[in-house]
Amino acid sequence: MSAAAGRATVRPVAVVSAAQTKSVRREDHRNEVEMLMPVVTDVFANIGVTKADMGFVCSGSTDYLVGAPFSFVMALDAVGVWPPMRESHVEMDGAWALYEAWTLLQEGEIDTALVYSFGRSSPSQLDRILALQLDPYYMAPMWPDPVALAALQAQALIDTGKATEKDFAAVAARSRRDALRNPNAQVAKDQSPDDLLRDDYVVAPLRRHALPPITDGVVAVVLAAEDRARDLCERPAWITGIDHRIEAHALGARDLAQSPSTRLAAQGAGVFDASGDAPGAVHVDVAELHAPFAPQELILREALGLADSVAVNPSGGALAANALMVAGLLRIVEAASRIMDGSARSAIAHATSGPCLQQNLVCALAAEPSGPARKGA
Amino acid sequence: MAERCAVIGVGQTKHASKREDVSIAGLVREAAGRALEDAGLDWADIDAVVIGKAPDMFEGVMMPELYLASALGAVGKPMLRVHTAGSVGGSTAIVAAHLVASGRHERVLTVAFEKQSDSDAMWALSVPQPFSAPLLAGAGGFFAPIIRAYMRRSGAPDHIGILVAVKDRLQALKNPYAHLHIEDISFDMVKDSIMLWDPIRYLETCPSSDGAAAMVLASERVAESSTSSRPPAWIHGMAMRSEPTMFAGRDQVNPQAGLDCAADVYHQAGITEPRRQIDVAEVYVPFSWFEPMWLENLGFAEKGDGWKLTESGATALDGGDIPWNCSGGVLSSNPIGASGMLRFLEAAMQVRGQAGEHQVENVRTALGHAYGGGSQFFAMWVLSTDKP
Repeated sequence: MSAAAGRATVRPVAVVSAAQTKSVRREDHRNEVEMLMPVVTDVFANIGVTKADMGFVCSGSTDYLVGAPFSFVMALDAVGVWPPMRESHVEMDGAWALYEAWTLLQEGEIDTALVYSFGRSSPSQLDRILALQLDPYYMAPMWPDPVALAALQAQALIDTGKATEKDFAAVAARSRRDALRNPNAQVAKDQSPDDLLRDDYVVAPLRRHALPPITDGVVAVVLAAEDRARDLCERPAWITGIDHRIEAHALGARDLAQSPSTRLAAQGAGVFDASGDAPGAVHVDVAELHAPFAPQELILREALGLADSVAVNPSGGALAANALMVAGLLRIVEAASRIMDGSARSAIAHATSGPCLQQNLVCALAAEPSGPARKGA
Repeated sequence: MAERCAVIGVGQTKHASKREDVSIAGLVREAAGRALEDAGLDWADIDAVVIGKAPDMFEGVMMPELYLASALGAVGKPMLRVHTAGSVGGSTAIVAAHLVASGRHERVLTVAFEKQSDSDAMWALSVPQPFSAPLLAGAGGFFAPIIRAYMRRSGAPDHIGILVAVKDRLQALKNPYAHLHIEDISFDMVKDSIMLWDPIRYLETCPSSDGAAAMVLASERVAESSTSSRPPAWIHGMAMRSEPTMFAGRDQVNPQAGLDCAADVYHQAGITEPRRQIDVAEVYVPFSWFEPMWLENLGFAEKGDGWKLTESGATALDGGDIPWNCSGGVLSSNPIGASGMLRFLEAAMQVRGQAGEHQVENVRTALGHAYGGGSQFFAMWVLSTDKP
């Protein structure tokens, strides 16, 4: 298979501003536009720009959460694209909207882009609508729900001997404990893995703690290229590489205990260039991994070759807040924010889509546009 | 600077009200397989897949691209799913072209589809929402007052819409892929068809179709070494513009986003006189009256004069100087998500000289156009036989 064209120079593009709502179980009083408006205002105000400064607008969302067609049309009113703007939308997590915007910035005709996504999951019956994401002829008619599918994946991982239920509990305990330091997190608490193992099974081998919360939230990002990024932000979070890959949909055609598409995306994003791809060879300061179910973090760590020293999901990750279509872009925001606040020099962000990690995006970020300031392996 | 990009392969399905012989995967593979064959490539040659369609509720499958990854040969590759309302087919082609123009990829497969028979688009458009007036009349009910406003503004006589409906259906008879083949189409047949949303008669509306469209987009290097039997159609300009659905003072008849989008794409392509410099156009006309309206919005006629161009026969394949929708257009085939891509694709076919019976002679430059939402989302490209 031919890979990316591999043009010699990649135009340096950075995250220069980010804003998000506090993630909540149920946003009762505001619709999607009303949730987005203050976030869009903040993402501009942070860096003293307006929509008139944006060369492009791109969003990610899905109609099935809103229960209405063209839900992104209404949401666009949060920006107010008048005079008319260059604008596009993906029916995907906002991380892929960011990819589309990054691609356009590579051509050099625009220097800035607004990217946002919204996910108000609470009005929906997620187990029903996510079943509609499956093969409409052979799977959806059986209405398999996302927890049952994630349980199949968890069991596949256990069957390899690489992880146990206690490892899942450790991921959940660490994530929710770290979330105590994230004011935007929805689920934050300090519990030991042993306590968590007393939870009942929801679908074996997944206990309550291994599941993500149901979340309402929105997020927005401004991307800028080269000097414009330096002008707008003291410490831009430079995107040193970004790529995404998809796997087969049929679960029986995949080894659910591995994530080859994450590995390919990481290769495309240059994650292994500096460190090599041996297990545990990738040393970055922070990794924000979009793992809605606790076992998925373990699968992703292995695919990315992360060293044990890497701080994984210091925000609490998707186990602390999981607004659908938002949680992936939020990983990029959380990773970029660690660079923008000076607490990290290098980071990896990951987003996923589809059942059991079917589609994955990897975004490498660094404090320097020239590349990741990684410690040697 | 952006890299050059060209269309090196096109494929479409036979469009029909019900394609019960194929699944959704079978439908998209039919179009994509033909595009690959036309390009002289195989599935494995493709670097990335960009797919678009209109709302997922039209089939009742959420994010169907996930299930289509294997059918489209995307496993192990990047796959993007675009959704920008009715303009989506055009937007999808543009997003795919940017993957090449940015230097990211060299061979991108782009696909758009709709399988309307799997669900009920009218229902899917009319889901009640809190604090919003229900759109129970579907798209026709939404656009009828806008058409009426155009008629009042321009003083266009009532029969202009009928002329477009007849012309596009006559042209569809020359397109084997078109959904509607009304052999005995006539002025009186359209005039006597039932009034659905005054002033839109039944035969002045688009059909409801199952269908798919696909193209292979390539870098300069790949296009120049292509084994396709047809020459590349080079992209000279591509643009998208959006504006809000409604606000006080918004001109829905002649939307600013359409004007801006056309100005951008013409600027890129060096077009100052569209009617003279563009040889053929495939423009999104789902209701007959949108031909004169878009003739003005796209700068082929002065404001208020679009209907005169239509009435004079200037837009007809047979004898017109600026033929519009030689394929039969959206009025003859409307797999919604694919309808915009079909406009982009038919423009490529004209430039590559592969449009068969509906081919215009000596085409150098063609325009592809799509719009969506409440006439608020626009996507356009200009293609040419010459390398930019």
